Amino acid sequence: MKYTDGNNCFVYIDHDEGTINQVSLELLTEAKHLMKRLKAPEKVVAIWLGTFTDDILKMLGDYGADHIITCEREDLNQYDVMKHTTVISEMIDAYHPQSMLIGGTVKGRELAPRISARVHTGLTADATQIDLDGETHHLAITRPAFGGNLYATIITPDHFPQMATIRPGVFEAKTFGHTSLPTQETFQYDKALHSPIEVMAIEEKDTKRTNIADAKLIVSAGRGVKNCLNLVSDVAAHLNGEVASSRALVDGGIMSKNHQVGQTGHTVRPSLYIACGISGAVQHTAGMDKSDTIIAINTDENAPIFDVADLGIVGDAQAILKQLQKQLDA
Amino acid sequence: MNIAVLVKQVPDTTEIKIDKETGALIRKGIPTITNPDDLTGVELALQLKETYGGNIHAFTMGPSSAKNMLRELYARGIDEATLLSDKAFAGSDTWATSHILASALKKHAFDLVIAGRQAIDGDTAQVGPQVAEFLKIPHVSYVDRVIDYNDGMLKVKKNEEHRMLTLNLPTPALITVLDEAAKPRYMNMFDIFRRSHLPLNQLTCDDLDVSLADIGIKGSPTKVKKTFNKSATQKQPKQTLNPEQAARTILDFIEAKGGQS
Amino acid sequence: MEHILSDQHRLVKKTVQQFVKDTVKPRAKSIDESETFPHDTVESMREMGLFALPFEEIEGGAGGDTLSYAIAVMELSKACATTGVILSAHVSLCAAPISMWGTSYQKETFLRPLLSGESLGAFGLTEPNAGTDAGAQKTVAIDKGDSYQISGSKIFITNAGVADLYIISALTEPEKKHKGISLFIVEADRKGFSVGKKEMKLGIRGSSTRELILDKVNVPKENLLGKENKGFGMIMQILSGGRIGIAAQAVGICEGAIEEALEYTKERTQFGRPISSFQNTQFTLADLETKKEAAKGLLIKAALYKDQGRPYTKEAAMAKLYGAQCATEITQKALQLFGGYGYTREYDIERMMRDAKITEIYEGTNEAQKMVIAGSLLKEGTS
Repeated sequence: MKYTDGNNCFVYIDHDEGTINQVSLELLTEAKHLMKRLKAPEKVVAIWLGTFTDDILKMLGDYGADHIITCEREDLNQYDVMKHTTVISEMIDAYHPQSMLIGGTVKGRELAPRISARVHTGLTADATQIDLDGETHHLAITRPAFGGNLYATIITPDHFPQMATIRPGVFEAKTFGHTSLPTQETFQYDKALHSPIEVMAIEEKDTKRTNIADAKLIVSAGRGVKNCLNLVSDVAAHLNGEVASSRALVDGGIMSKNHQVGQTGHTVRPSLYIACGISGAVQHTAGMDKSDTIIAINTDENAPIFDVADLGIVGDAQAILKQLQKQLDA
Repeated sequence: MNIAVLVKQVPDTTEIKIDKETGALIRKGIPTITNPDDLTGVELALQLKETYGGNIHAFTMGPSSAKNMLRELYARGIDEATLLSDKAFAGSDTWATSHILASALKKHAFDLVIAGRQAIDGDTAQVGPQVAEFLKIPHVSYVDRVIDYNDGMLKVKKNEEHRMLTLNLPTPALITVLDEAAKPRYMNMFDIFRRSHLPLNQLTCDDLDVSLADIGIKGSPTKVKKTFNKSATQKQPKQTLNPEQAARTILDFIEAKGGQS
Repeated sequence: MEHILSDQHRLVKKTVQQFVKDTVKPRAKSIDESETFPHDTVESMREMGLFALPFEEIEGGAGGDTLSYAIAVMELSKACATTGVILSAHVSLCAAPISMWGTSYQKETFLRPLLSGESLGAFGLTEPNAGTDAGAQKTVAIDKGDSYQISGSKIFITNAGVADLYIISALTEPEKKHKGISLFIVEADRKGFSVGKKEMKLGIRGSSTRELILDKVNVPKENLLGKENKGFGMIMQILSGGRIGIAAQAVGICEGAIEEALEYTKERTQFGRPISSFQNTQFTLADLETKKEAAKGLLIKAALYKDQGRPYTKEAAMAKLYGAQCATEITQKALQLFGGYGYTREYDIERMMRDAKITEIYEGTNEAQKMVIAGSLLKEGTS
């Protein structure tokens, strides 16, 4: 017997040999909140491919999963777009979920479109907000477009599941006080799986490289401070923060791409974001306006960065950074 | 190696401005450009052709003004260009667009289909993988580099968040490429005068094996319910301070917020 | 000018604009400050086929026309007049003469590599005592049977030291003065050929301007360009073509300066509002734009006349004279709008002002242009 039929929300759990990607937990939590708001609450169902353990069961439950469907085959431990597309599409055919959420990671954004094409349904990319659409209770999924200049709310009214990839970091992963473990069932898939794609080598990226996506404090550099980046790094170091930058400096070859905040760079939500000499085009603010607190320094009092700032200082960022350095040293 | 490249004409979103009074998007006068990631795809195709020989065929779906973009691609060195243009295509979402593109691609035999990672107007990154599924060929997204092509086997480097993967995949295959994959060359003066006026292929709905139920607004599983601009959050008072006062104010502010250092 | 451009002209403009934005503009300041020739920019220009632009495909050209060439020089010069003149000197003063008068041997041996960009070209005409008075030159070429032996020196030669190929004017019959001048193609690696000191200049500092020294340089007879003793007329024609290049450079400088001024005056606030809202600024900008457009009109007319095979000497001289005058005036007035900031090296406008001046001097001074214009006017009447 199937656990449910058409009455649930699938959340794809993205993992590397059992290590779960944070975004999947964020989606479980958000899905749980969302399902609670339905008149007839649906279940949050985590989809797990590969070897499964009790620890994982508990963890997924803690973050909001009501039920877990697993396909425990060793040949699924490693992500493969062709194999995963096949198994997940078969699951969708078998369970008819109302919706399916997938983390907007590289894997997710490679996998989800392929699934949506195979099962013939709508997919909304890189969403930043999920709501319920009035009476119908379809998912109303909001996403930025036009380089963050425009937001669009997308619905998939006639096709199921309603699929979306969700941008990492926009929702918070939280544990719920649970009384019981989630239920689990196995999806039996016995056919041979074949993928023509062969992994020849895997290199981990240098972990010492800055990871601004996880930073708690960011000092971000724009055109206005391109001549004093040492000062920016120094102040960031004093404040135990990371250095980030606007696209202008990345395009200018002054900063590397992994420092870039904005629509075409990283989305960050640190406790404190200090924007130095950044004018604050939407392209930039789209990536940082969810920061808890924003301080902006710019010589142009009309710079749009001040529109998102909690503290706005009109002045020369270089001179102010120098003073900050001095006062932090003192 | 016969290569198909998928390209899209897009508004230059870096030029888009917001009306400060109404918060509305000012679309008027925004130049259209070839989607930057797609230009990377074209460049990669040109480089692969230089190494392995073959033919490059660019496909785009869009209004007839997209012809200008295709002419520019001729001036960069591609061999053939096809514009898919029909009123019936208008309003297609990624599923319907991919369906249309795939039905055009099926008329040819390609070893490799290259798409840009994503378009800067929609930012979906979905059309490439969906086309691959419709063509029933394997795909790899986020390709950083093509290492080698040998005996029908393509070796690529894929860029994930925390790791780089080296993958082998047999052709025919589709890849979507990151801007690291190649630096687009400029149009060449020789090709501008010699090739930019080469004839373009034009296909309409009637030329393709697609049903009206699967294309355009009607055939699109997703619908745009509404679009809006994010209204600017409430303006905070700005302070004009000398550097010393400014630094002190910032540190006091950080302190008041709970202290960071 | 959009209304007269073909699709190809538009593509030339677009691609050069992109190249300028990516490469030329970011480097303009540093090559000026360090007075360095931008070798890598030139390499990119070669890859883009710019050096082949206004030449026919049959001789290795891109198949473009004079107007597309003027567009390219203009776009380059908007951001960097140095880069503009490198192209102009190469195309107008070295490749064009070989295209016009070269034998098939000369076209294969010298023109093809010039057009592919393998070789860079220059033109050696001016001497210490022969500026506007080109007939007063002292460099001689002695007939040695199967070769000429050239001796003398040239000054203020654009692209000198970086060029691989030079067109050199020399007297084959000194007693006939300007009626005894011939032109020779001289490779930079000929024995006895060397470059002298580098000039320290007011502007276009990245352009390599040097002295050429010819100490008994033997060149084979097949390096004679055109007919013996017919050099003076050829020089006049070369300079006419060159003036279109320099007029394009001048108009480019004007346009660049106006763009800078527009950007600055919109940003800069005084008395609580952007200075672009003051009538003085607006009137100044209106004057500058009008003059620039008039200069551009003259330039386009000269280019079109050349492309249509009409006589264009007067048109080229007028385009160059007025363009150069505008470049000097517009950059100065634009700088004035910047106030004190304009006088600092923080902003590009001071460099543009320094660069502008040369357009009133080379390829014939303003006064020389007036001589040409008046000469044509008195002979042919007004047009």
